[in-house]
Amino acid sequence: MTDALARPTSLLILGGTSDIAVATVRALNSPVLRRVVLAARPSERRDAVVAALTGSGMRGVEVVDFDAADTATHQALLDSVFAQGDIDYVLLAFGVLGDQTDFEDNPDHAVEAATVNYVGAVSTALRVATLLKTQGHGGLVVFSSVAGERARKSNFVYGSTKAGLDSLANGLADSLHGTGVSVLIVRPGFVHTSMTSHLPAAPLSATAEQVAQGVVSGLRRGATVVYVPAALRVVMSGLRHVPRAVFRRLPI
Amino acid sequence: MTNEAVALTGWGLTMPTRAAVSSISSAAELAPLLAGVGNRGVIARGAGRSYGDAAQNGGGLVVTLDAINDVEVLDDGDVVAGAGALLADVIAPLLARGRFLPVTPGTRFVTVGGAIAADVHGKNHHVDGSFGQHLRWLDLVVASGQTQRIGPDGSPDDVALFHATVGGMGLTGIIVRACFGSVESPTDQMNVDTYRCADLDSLMSQMVEREAGHRYSVAWLDGMARGGKLGRGVLTVANHALTNQTPTNHALSGGTRPTESQLAMRFAAPRINVPPVPVSPLNRVTLAAFNEGYYRAAPRVRTGQQVGLGSYFYPLDLVGGWNRLYGSRGFVQYQFAVPDSGAAVIRQALERLSSIGAPSFLSVLKRFGAGNSAAPLSFPIAGWTLAIDVPARLDDLGPILDELDDAVLVAGGRLYLAKDSRATPAVIAAGYPRLDEFRSIRQGIDPAGIFTSDLARRLAL
Ligand SMILES: Cc1cc2nc3c(=O)[nH]c(=O)nc-3n(C[C@H](O)[C@H](O)[C@H](O)COP(=O)(O)OP(=O)(O)OC[C@H]3O[C@@H](n4cnc5c(N)ncnc54)[C@H](O)[C@@H]3O)c2cc1C
Ligand SMILES: NC(=O)c1ccc[n+]([C@@H]2O[C@H](COP(=O)([O-])OP(=O)(O)OC[C@H]3O[C@@H](n4cnc5c(N)ncnc54)[C@H](OP(=O)(O)O)[C@@H]3O)[C@@H](O)[C@H]2O)c1
Repeated sequence: MTDALARPTSLLILGGTSDIAVATVRALNSPVLRRVVLAARPSERRDAVVAALTGSGMRGVEVVDFDAADTATHQALLDSVFAQGDIDYVLLAFGVLGDQTDFEDNPDHAVEAATVNYVGAVSTALRVATLLKTQGHGGLVVFSSVAGERARKSNFVYGSTKAGLDSLANGLADSLHGTGVSVLIVRPGFVHTSMTSHLPAAPLSATAEQVAQGVVSGLRRGATVVYVPAALRVVMSGLRHVPRAVFRRLPI
Repeated sequence: MTNEAVALTGWGLTMPTRAAVSSISSAAELAPLLAGVGNRGVIARGAGRSYGDAAQNGGGLVVTLDAINDVEVLDDGDVVAGAGALLADVIAPLLARGRFLPVTPGTRFVTVGGAIAADVHGKNHHVDGSFGQHLRWLDLVVASGQTQRIGPDGSPDDVALFHATVGGMGLTGIIVRACFGSVESPTDQMNVDTYRCADLDSLMSQMVEREAGHRYSVAWLDGMARGGKLGRGVLTVANHALTNQTPTNHALSGGTRPTESQLAMRFAAPRINVPPVPVSPLNRVTLAAFNEGYYRAAPRVRTGQQVGLGSYFYPLDLVGGWNRLYGSRGFVQYQFAVPDSGAAVIRQALERLSSIGAPSFLSVLKRFGAGNSAAPLSFPIAGWTLAIDVPARLDDLGPILDELDDAVLVAGGRLYLAKDSRATPAVIAAGYPRLDEFRSIRQGIDPAGIFTSDLARRLAL
């Protein structure tokens, strides 16, 4: 389990190559961290992440093959990770952004994105919750997005998958209350990562490192929801109440 | 009786985990319980006064022995007590016979089992050693479910198991009963000398100078003083007052002595309790003021003051639940021991913690005499020990304490497992060179490893 300063001794990252997740792993590193399990699809990128983390002196980096869409494999995979030792924090970081025009032209692509972002999350989050409850402690960090708070016409398919994920995490947080297991929902705005490198930056954009800091401080405080940057909390609460006719015309 | 799983923490109120708690009222209940233990294992829990995760076992079973709390004082002054008895319950029957605990920690609300498992020390360590050194025997229920009576004499295996159990943090089995010695206390008063010292050097030299001739010695430090005032503090040294030194009603012999039930009332649980506080009132400002006030209130020198035994040994026990004052994120007590040659680490620790303005309300410096060298995990080693409370919410605490760990190890010192909540396995292994010996004894008596705790998992003990 974590120490008194909320420093983890072990981490499992679902979507182990995500830029945000890797930055978070670095921010959570400390002398007490001794096991980091990167669950990701085999790729050169995955090899590079392992090399980079290990090269920076991080101990106990392991990989396991993981495809978020292949839900039939999830139980065995998670069981074997937990059988080798407790996991303090699980980061649910996988996700695809896709392209709204493409989704509208090829609904099959939208189904694939929904399968990864939402179905994959349902499959892993519920199984992880049970495993954490069994060990009597632990935290699940879910990378949601402000895009799920109010779907915009420019990316509502992605937004809806994040809305589903966010709702799932919210309900799970309440259902786990008092079990020793906690859920932290992270709602970033635009983050400069490989997911968005082809896009112009949106206002209130952040770096992966800033998101990582938000996660660390959220975990230390025992928060359930963090926005990165924090100012987005106010912005989003405003946006939620903008009348539909106006919202529809906003250039966002 | 096994309850629903409950969330448990130590006294520092950090890192809760959930476990099924089973309260037993006789040793016979343990064998079936142990036979049915699942793969998350089992650990005994006393009064939960260790600061970190020693008495918790996430996802597993935690056994409490509150009901095994009978206390008997034998004619020679030895005590036979159930492991769930609080030291508070032992004090009155002892005092009624003009005797006192051989060793007591700074709170009387710890159990006999917890005092053995952490091999606790008191203000008299330089004279009397640690609690485990006063044990005649203990009854240990081991993994097989059998009860073994073990002590400092006997077959080599039993003696090794005894010494591994003393300071063994519950990892060798469940202690159900123990017999230990006591010391003479002819009255209920202490003769106390107080010395206020303006800086660390003068405090430490006074401590060394005054330890001879005084059974008890402890210094409170102003953990927030900096610069030239760093380490200023108040040293108190004391002895039990003799009958010819006190008014007759304080004598624990003779016609006017207090009855056992009168004594028991004095040592019962505090009547004032701190409620849960959403925002900690302990911050840099309030604690700087508290420390300043405490320091100023102490006389520069005062000798021969007579103080009631309860208020001398247990000032913190006046208010129940004071640990809640640190707020919902709890606090850490950093306690280390270093040999005399490593005394510089004390200054370093005070400097580093005051540099981040760590608001500390309890900083205690003590001398240690020779350690309990037979017990591989017993904490004390001859020299110094410093304990500092700091709120867990401080941002820079992790790296600063990690750095102090290194300094402690370089100086040949170690951390106290009963207080730890943030060290690494490597730091503990380096501080306890006989950890492997402990492990092999544990392996021998509990090959399946059913006794385990969050502490044991976190520190790979
Ligand atoms: C205000 C305060 C002041 C303190 N001052 C001192 C001091 O001056 N000196 C000092 O040495 N310590 C001090 N301590 C620490 C305290 O004495 C130890 O942590 C002690 O172990 C607490 O006993 P407990 O009954 O609360 O045990 P717990 O905290 O419940 O458990 C501590 C350990 O003992 C084990 N244990 C408990 N009961 C049994 C049993 N029946 N069989 C086997 N294992 C068992 C547990 O598994 C655990 O590993 C202080 C603590 C507080 C809160
Ligand atoms: N970047 C932003 O602006 C932003 C904003 C808000 C929220 N988020 C969310 O933050 C999370 C991390 O994103 P990021 O910015 O770090 O982007 P990223 O670097 O592109 O990470 C996305 C990760 O998802 C993984 N992934 C995709 N499909 C997968 C599948 N089928 N199975 C397993 N893993 C799969 C990718 O792994 P591969 O290497 O195998 O492709 C990659 O590691 C995502 O959930 C994202 O939606 C991002």
